[in-house]
Amino acid sequence: MNAIEVKNLSKSYGKAAALKGINLEVSRGEIFGLIGPDGAGKTSLFRILTTLIYPNEGKASVEGLDVIDDYKKIRQIVGYMPGRFSLYQDLSVEENLTFFATVFNTTIEENYYLIKEIYKHLEPFKTRRAGKLSGGMKQKLALSCALIHKPKVLFLDEPTTGVDPVSRKEFWGMLKNLKKEGITILVSTPYMDEATLCDRIALMMNGEILKIDTPGEIINQFDKTLWKVHGKDMHRLLYDIREHEGINSCFAFGDSLHVTTRRRDMKPEELSSFLVGKGHSELTIETIEAGIEDCFMDLMK
Amino acid sequence: MGRFVIEAENLVKKFGDFTAVDNISFQVGEGEIFGFLGANGAGKTTAMRMLCGLSKPTSGRGRVAGFDIEKEPEKVKSSIGYMSQKFSLYNDLKVWENIRLFAGIYGIPKNEIEEKTDALLRRLNFEKEKETFVKALPLGWKQKLAFSVSIFHKPRVVFLDEPTGGVDPTTRRQFWELIYEAADSGITVFVTTHYMDEAEYCNRVSIMVDGRIDALDSPANLKIRFDGENMDEVFNHLAGTAKRKGD
Amino acid sequence: MKQFYAFVRKEINHILRDVRTMMILLAIPVIQIILFGFAISTEVRNADIAIYDPSNDAATQRIGELIEVSSYFNVYKYVKTPQEINNLFKRGEVSMVVVFSDQFREKLMHTGKAEIQIIADASDPNNATSLTNYLKGIIGSYQQELMREQKVPYQITSEMKLLYNPQMKGSYNFVPGVLGMILMLICAMMTSIAIVREKEMGTMEVLLVSPMKPLLIIIAKAVPYFLLSCINLTTVLLLSIFVLDVPVAGSLFWLITVSLVFIFVSLSLGLLVSTVTESQMTAMLISGMVFMLPVVLLSGMMFPVENMPFLLQMVSHIIPAKWYISAVKDIMIKGAGFEAISKELAILAGMIVVLLVVSFKKFKSRLE
Repeated sequence: MNAIEVKNLSKSYGKAAALKGINLEVSRGEIFGLIGPDGAGKTSLFRILTTLIYPNEGKASVEGLDVIDDYKKIRQIVGYMPGRFSLYQDLSVEENLTFFATVFNTTIEENYYLIKEIYKHLEPFKTRRAGKLSGGMKQKLALSCALIHKPKVLFLDEPTTGVDPVSRKEFWGMLKNLKKEGITILVSTPYMDEATLCDRIALMMNGEILKIDTPGEIINQFDKTLWKVHGKDMHRLLYDIREHEGINSCFAFGDSLHVTTRRRDMKPEELSSFLVGKGHSELTIETIEAGIEDCFMDLMK
Repeated sequence: MGRFVIEAENLVKKFGDFTAVDNISFQVGEGEIFGFLGANGAGKTTAMRMLCGLSKPTSGRGRVAGFDIEKEPEKVKSSIGYMSQKFSLYNDLKVWENIRLFAGIYGIPKNEIEEKTDALLRRLNFEKEKETFVKALPLGWKQKLAFSVSIFHKPRVVFLDEPTGGVDPTTRRQFWELIYEAADSGITVFVTTHYMDEAEYCNRVSIMVDGRIDALDSPANLKIRFDGENMDEVFNHLAGTAKRKGD
Repeated sequence: MKQFYAFVRKEINHILRDVRTMMILLAIPVIQIILFGFAISTEVRNADIAIYDPSNDAATQRIGELIEVSSYFNVYKYVKTPQEINNLFKRGEVSMVVVFSDQFREKLMHTGKAEIQIIADASDPNNATSLTNYLKGIIGSYQQELMREQKVPYQITSEMKLLYNPQMKGSYNFVPGVLGMILMLICAMMTSIAIVREKEMGTMEVLLVSPMKPLLIIIAKAVPYFLLSCINLTTVLLLSIFVLDVPVAGSLFWLITVSLVFIFVSLSLGLLVSTVTESQMTAMLISGMVFMLPVVLLSGMMFPVENMPFLLQMVSHIIPAKWYISAVKDIMIKGAGFEAISKELAILAGMIVVLLVVSFKKFKSRLE
């Protein structure tokens, strides 16, 4: 049985279509990432799967239970962390955790082993009001509360958005540890670099899935030549490269430019001589393997 | 008028016992793209609010666009542009209505507004969307439009607070191309971001940790100094030393 | 069950930690009682009036004495000519002029009837009504005096009958009103806001995706406000009895019973509001405009319902507070028992049933 199954799911809010016929399957124990910007439909998909809203069309099930007919049963076995921080700001860390444990008919002690690694960061602040924690700490607390009843499936909607990069890394480390417990995790993120931390990913944009596969496969299937270009006048380089008719796209990527070509067999020399002619110097053109972000941008077009 | 568009001198901001900003000093020149990085709770937002004239420093001095941030906050506010992820434009107004509203707020003369509006829309390829309600625009377009509006009145400096959060990768880069154009035309850009690759697009970057500036230099120099291949590693190195993790 | 208690405990924590709101909720009734009891008074004192007395005989002089002695009136002037009267009113120097007919005593003795004209400045109708009534009271006293002396029934009609509150103390009117208002405020408004706040903050989402029955969530939210209402009920009653001297003439048991019923009505109202609103602001506006304002205006607390146009009187019938306030007045001031308030009890109980049925129908266990 698949942990999650989605067939032809559509959802609209008035005239705006949030999900357009989505299909996907998540296996048990997988870390599955929904990768895409705001407006991709990630939150709508989460809300349907956690039985909070109805789809307009299509079917979805969690652990074999239908989201419409068996919603009460689903609500017993899943953990949910919605987009923004949704715990009680004026209750302390400890009080929040105890509350959610009780609501789920369990105690902190019973499943403490699950959250031990996470809670050790929170422990020094356990009497502090949740509203007064930093962004990274709030996320850790929210994750603890979602885990405290040992759910079969964990739904995390953009858990790392707005959180600094260091805390983001820690968070993903914790998710990897949870995999060992056999918990299925469906997590969404707009950060492309987090995609490689998942077992499989779905690239989403405007209510549609661009591609589903393992990160490695998606990169393998990137069918264009990709160069990493660097030069003295980076700023002017960007515009000049775009003038070359052999070039498909050119975008800034940190301290260099990622360039894709129209023909697979185009040689770097063709570009470099063109650029030298335009007055550029200190040019380096290196063929590189695509990253998830490159793949996403290519699929977006 | 000094050479610098933004000057911070020993700025401190305390809330009771808590020192949010702990004695920071720096200068930003004209047309510079200055990245302001730091973990949540490091003091970035507080510092930015002081520079925008929105919050009084506990001690220290600052000048923005030639005006003192403590004594002339109103003049500071009217000489800068501002845009944040949380608020940029009014959702229930149309595109051209938003432009006109902010043009009025920034004091652009009436007879120039129409012409400038058309130029802005042309630059963004938005002419077709003139009558669209902002809430119907995809996020990326909204942010690009908001940025253009924030510099509509050609301020000397524009403050951007996490302007590209949640935006798709292509639009993000188009956004930064707009930033480059603005900087080329002489506008100083003060931007905070969580995307480390965007830190590379800045001329100089400062990294705040526990209320202090622990590093301030060009991305290239910072990578050498902290032995990092990219800004991500530099940041990890510095932010990892933060004590103020629970705040 | 443990979940329910955990939830109630959480709700109590929320309230206790929101110190400002809690202080306000506990302080409002105290402040209102004190204000209405002491500071604000719809009674009039030392109103400036004038007397025009062409007769100037024993009767008019005696009535004049009674007027001067009364603390309600201050005889500003004895008018010499009728023409002056107009000027006095125009310049706002008096609120009322008492005009005796000429040969007042003679007419009274020989025909048994005499006339007094009362001219009052009705630009403040309430004021004018009060003053007129006071004056009639004084005339009535004089009549009684005459009766005792002369044993002849003289006719100077007095239309006022003041039962149970001969001094026309405002407090008797206000205590039930304050009770109605404060209970409605806490139970309807605060409860609905508390429920909607959960929706607005996003914690409702997390709670729904849990084994906890959504209905229990709602009920648990109401419990602390129920407790708060009981505290306020006690406070108001204690203040009224011991500080304002407004006694509970009738049965305390029925007073508390009808109060509890009213509390449940208000809680049900709060529940209903929370099922149809998404934001705290809306909940507050609906509670304020649709509940509080009518309670203040139409329940009979400030203005007598009988004086209102028929349509508004009909509207006042569907306001729960009207029935509650009327029941409380019956018990506290008239000393009535169960029979007198049985109608109100039945109506209020019926309202609970209707409100709860509608709320349950509208209640959604999903976000939309």
